[in-house]
Amino acid sequence: MFIPHTGSETGEMLKELGLKSIDELFNDVPVEYRFPKLDLPAALSEMEAFSMAQAISQSNESTQDLVCFLGAGAYNHYIPSVVDSVISRGEFFTAYTPYQPEISQGTLQAVFEYQSLIAALTGMDVSNASHYDGATACAEAGVLAYHHFFGKRPRMVVAPSVHPHYRETMRTYLGGYAEIQITGDDPDRDPLSTPDYLISLVDQHTSLVLVQYPDFFGRIFDLTEFAKAVHEKGALLAVAVNPLSLGLLKPPSDFGADIVVGEGQSLGIPLSFGGPYLGIFATRKELVRKLAGRLVGESIDQQGRKGYVLTLTAREQHIRRDKATSNICTNQGLMALASSVYLSALGKHGLKSVANLCYQKAHYAASRIAKVPGFAVLDDSPFFHEFIVHCPESVEDLNLHLLDHGILGGYDLGCDYPSLEDHMLVAVTELVDKEDIDMLCDVLSEVKHG
Amino acid sequence: METPAELKYAKTDEWVRVEGEFAVIGITDYAQEQLSDVVFVEVPFSIGDKGKKNTQCATVESVKAAADVNFPVSGELVEINDALSSSPELLNSDPFGKAWILKVKMSDPAELNELMDSGAYIKYCEGRH
Repeated sequence: MFIPHTGSETGEMLKELGLKSIDELFNDVPVEYRFPKLDLPAALSEMEAFSMAQAISQSNESTQDLVCFLGAGAYNHYIPSVVDSVISRGEFFTAYTPYQPEISQGTLQAVFEYQSLIAALTGMDVSNASHYDGATACAEAGVLAYHHFFGKRPRMVVAPSVHPHYRETMRTYLGGYAEIQITGDDPDRDPLSTPDYLISLVDQHTSLVLVQYPDFFGRIFDLTEFAKAVHEKGALLAVAVNPLSLGLLKPPSDFGADIVVGEGQSLGIPLSFGGPYLGIFATRKELVRKLAGRLVGESIDQQGRKGYVLTLTAREQHIRRDKATSNICTNQGLMALASSVYLSALGKHGLKSVANLCYQKAHYAASRIAKVPGFAVLDDSPFFHEFIVHCPESVEDLNLHLLDHGILGGYDLGCDYPSLEDHMLVAVTELVDKEDIDMLCDVLSEVKHG
Repeated sequence: METPAELKYAKTDEWVRVEGEFAVIGITDYAQEQLSDVVFVEVPFSIGDKGKKNTQCATVESVKAAADVNFPVSGELVEINDALSSSPELLNSDPFGKAWILKVKMSDPAELNELMDSGAYIKYCEGRH
């Protein structure tokens, strides 16, 4: 609640500061910058402004109007209308992180349901109330691992096949820890090598190994032996997942992951120019005290009624100050709720069918594209709903051509991996039809022969 | 408030029981009462590690706070009380007995002279009310 100061309070504060007016507080800002003259056009009426904004927005091309084969971490999925309908309720939509949490039972229950769903999906013991996005969650895995070993194992090994943004965010986020070193993704390393070689980089100074599953290139590896090898060297294994793929794939808990992180956008959250998204973070019970963010638990009150509480808050900054395991407290509550509604609406079987549709359609697309002269699909490993296509010309030119035909092409891997110039990462979701895939292949054929 | 006479006390509410060249370390009855129900104890060290007087040797978490425990004397860690990881509530029920936290081999026993005896510690605690 915002309570403005009364005139006398303002006067008291000014007196204390030895000032006569509020304007004097701004004396350090040169006068000419205080109220610069803005060269603005004449004011518009609401009707005129609306029509102008609408005209501008029509020059956008959105996934509503295009066939989308672009993914690379953010995916165009169908969002059932119940998701918006629930999260638009005023009680959820406008609420900030509750400072007197237990009075907000509805919010706490929503978070509890979210945690339960994520724990079930990842197979882990406990999930927190979420982070900003997948990249932040990866960085928090680094923070947890570092503190788990009390700073005695300051090295982290990250596969080059982890999303480039996640790796970049991790380095930014952990930049303040002078002794932390992140290796494994050196630019001279073949980005497509299997994760196994990372083991040789793991030693007694390594706290964390981070891999992605399916990886940034869409590939799926059985990580059972890999996880064993990481654990033999005493390090923790974090796995970044696309949660939707877990409708179909073995959960990371099955092969011994200690931490599961992921971008939750594919669970009922719109693309919206890159955010707000949802950072998933789940772990084993033994690591819960080092877990960042909020954690809601279910309990009973004095009269035996079920209720929800914030639990293990001693990890948090309002109790632990500088020793908190993280200063992230404001989670993506609304996005976490969206994903809970999405998962509940789909149910176990629904999630499985969406994942299966993505998988089948992607495999149909890969087999079709492989037959287009000049194009090659890199498919030596199993993949989920995304795969690499080697193109006969630059991906940038190809994508401009595709856009002329109403197709949003795949991601240009050359942007992040110099050795993958002319390689396109193609994503296929349930929203793409067989006809769309056939059309893509027709346009690609023209390119080669045109 | 209990303050066994045979122990030495630090201003940061740790106690020391001297056993020859060794020092057993824990937190006082006053400290456990201030913290209320203890739910977690963590010693971020392994046997053989060296600790310096007045630096952190453990963290104690209760339902309402998290507090650092400091080495009241410098030394090499020779034993950690494993019972506390499964039964942290011992710190509330038996702070001077079963809830000892760790044991060090003192590197500078003269540091003991900088600690308080029980009488001084009682006065010190009374002064904080």
